[in-house]
Amino acid sequence: MFPAKCDYYRATSAAEAIDLLGRHDNARLLAGGHSLIPMMKLRLCEPAALIDIGRLEELRGVSENDIGDNALRIGALSTHTEIATSETLRTRCSLLAEAARQIGDPQVRNKGTIGGNIAHADPASDLPAVLVALGATIHILGPNGERSIAAPSFFTDLLTTALEPNEIVTTIEVPVAPPGSGSAYLKVEHPASGYAVCGAAATMTIEGSSCTAASLAFNGVAATPVHAEAVTAALAGTAADDSAFRAAVDAHLEIAEPLGDLHASGEYRVALAKVYGRRALEKARDRALS
Amino acid sequence: MSVKIEVEVNGTRHEREVDPRLLLVHFLREELSLTGTNVGCETSLCGACTVKMDGLTVKSCTQLAVQADGASITTIEGLSPEGELHPLQQAFWDEHGLQCGYCTPGMILAAEGLLAVNPSPGESEIRESLKGNLCRCTGYHNIVKAIQSAAKGGA
Ligand SMILES: Cc1cc2nc3c(=O)[nH]c(=O)nc-3n(C[C@H](O)[C@H](O)[C@H](O)COP(=O)(O)OP(=O)(O)OC[C@H]3O[C@@H](n4cnc5c(N)ncnc54)[C@H](O)[C@@H]3O)c2cc1C
Ligand code: FES
Ligand code: FES
Repeated sequence: MFPAKCDYYRATSAAEAIDLLGRHDNARLLAGGHSLIPMMKLRLCEPAALIDIGRLEELRGVSENDIGDNALRIGALSTHTEIATSETLRTRCSLLAEAARQIGDPQVRNKGTIGGNIAHADPASDLPAVLVALGATIHILGPNGERSIAAPSFFTDLLTTALEPNEIVTTIEVPVAPPGSGSAYLKVEHPASGYAVCGAAATMTIEGSSCTAASLAFNGVAATPVHAEAVTAALAGTAADDSAFRAAVDAHLEIAEPLGDLHASGEYRVALAKVYGRRALEKARDRALS
Repeated sequence: MSVKIEVEVNGTRHEREVDPRLLLVHFLREELSLTGTNVGCETSLCGACTVKMDGLTVKSCTQLAVQADGASITTIEGLSPEGELHPLQQAFWDEHGLQCGYCTPGMILAAEGLLAVNPSPGESEIRESLKGNLCRCTGYHNIVKAIQSAAKGGA
């Protein structure tokens, strides 16, 4: 099993990658290759040219935002291993590190990148809902310069994003977890592939014993990440106890078009989302209090 | 199109013109005749093709040879000097960590990758780190024992 014939160009800068995308028909960016190469081997995708951005150091690494100390910038080419083991992320945005650690296996994490993960936009991926729950911003570079998109607007459909053909994700900006907050990513993984059948990402800020702010989003249950804003709106200002979480999830979690396939029906995924959404909120609260 | 690449494999530099679609595992097996690295599933799941690339384990069926240009690669053949067994190889032998042996090169490279960052892993850490490596024979039990024993010996 091997890919169809294609040409190969290695970009030496993000600007050159955009230029190369514009100059070659049916060209695809190649980052870690861990979504693209499997698809090429199955001939589900036959690009005429690969533009390898895998060595662009300018797009790699986790650093603190120079605009202030309440946001972190993550280069699109940072690998899942780099994100899972980053001390900065583990202490200041642990939700992302916790989710990255649950991706695939060590070999996959050593090669796969956050930029490739979100650009591929597989509904069963682990990072999309995490970025939605965090309120992350995706920074993009294209032929007409830079632009930024809020994570919920980035994912537009199954395997489809707001990226234009010649654009490239350069960095992902995530807010630092505020004091008194906690977060959790819980995943029901497919036993063979390891991808998410349902993944629940939650954050919560606690004052005294009440929840002052929370967010909740799901992978795997619909074509794009499900942002359960109605659930967390109902929780704001209420006592952060298990019964309140259960009531809010039962009353307000709506998944308009649940995804169903041979592994799990839509109905089952909705049932999973209710249970794991509740558990993720509980764990986020427990961590906020600890 | 063919692309010139230079790769160091087990300490030896190789220069080749390759088709961009050539997978790293086929480069190793067919261009360099290093057939210790096996191809199992071809779909990124079994880990039989695991090698170390610039110090990190990767599945060589899911990398293009062109991506390895400039890299330093270790395959099972390069883990220990000719005629000697690496402590992990010895431990797999001693603890019966293999039966048919098909998964073994990948298992040992994956284990070496674990011990490089975590020299004395617990059983659950070992099992978790082998998530990307499948064995159809042993039931994993003796593989875990072999890695524990190699770790105790300071592999
Ligand atoms: C065995 C296996 C198990 C896996 N399990 C999981 C899992 O449990 N959870 C999970 O979330 N993922 C999983 N993955 C997917 C993995 O996370 C991929 O690494 C990731 O989805 C793609 O990242 P990449 O760097 O490999 O991208 P590539 O495969 O190189 O690219 C993917 C797509 O994104 C585009 N692209 C890449 N980078 C950019 C960029 N900077 N800007 C714009 N477009 C870009 C490419 O053109 C391509 O279309 C698994 C993969 C494998 C092989
Ligand atoms: S052959 Fe590469 S993972 Fe199975
Ligand atoms: S020993 Fe036969 S597959 Fe592992």
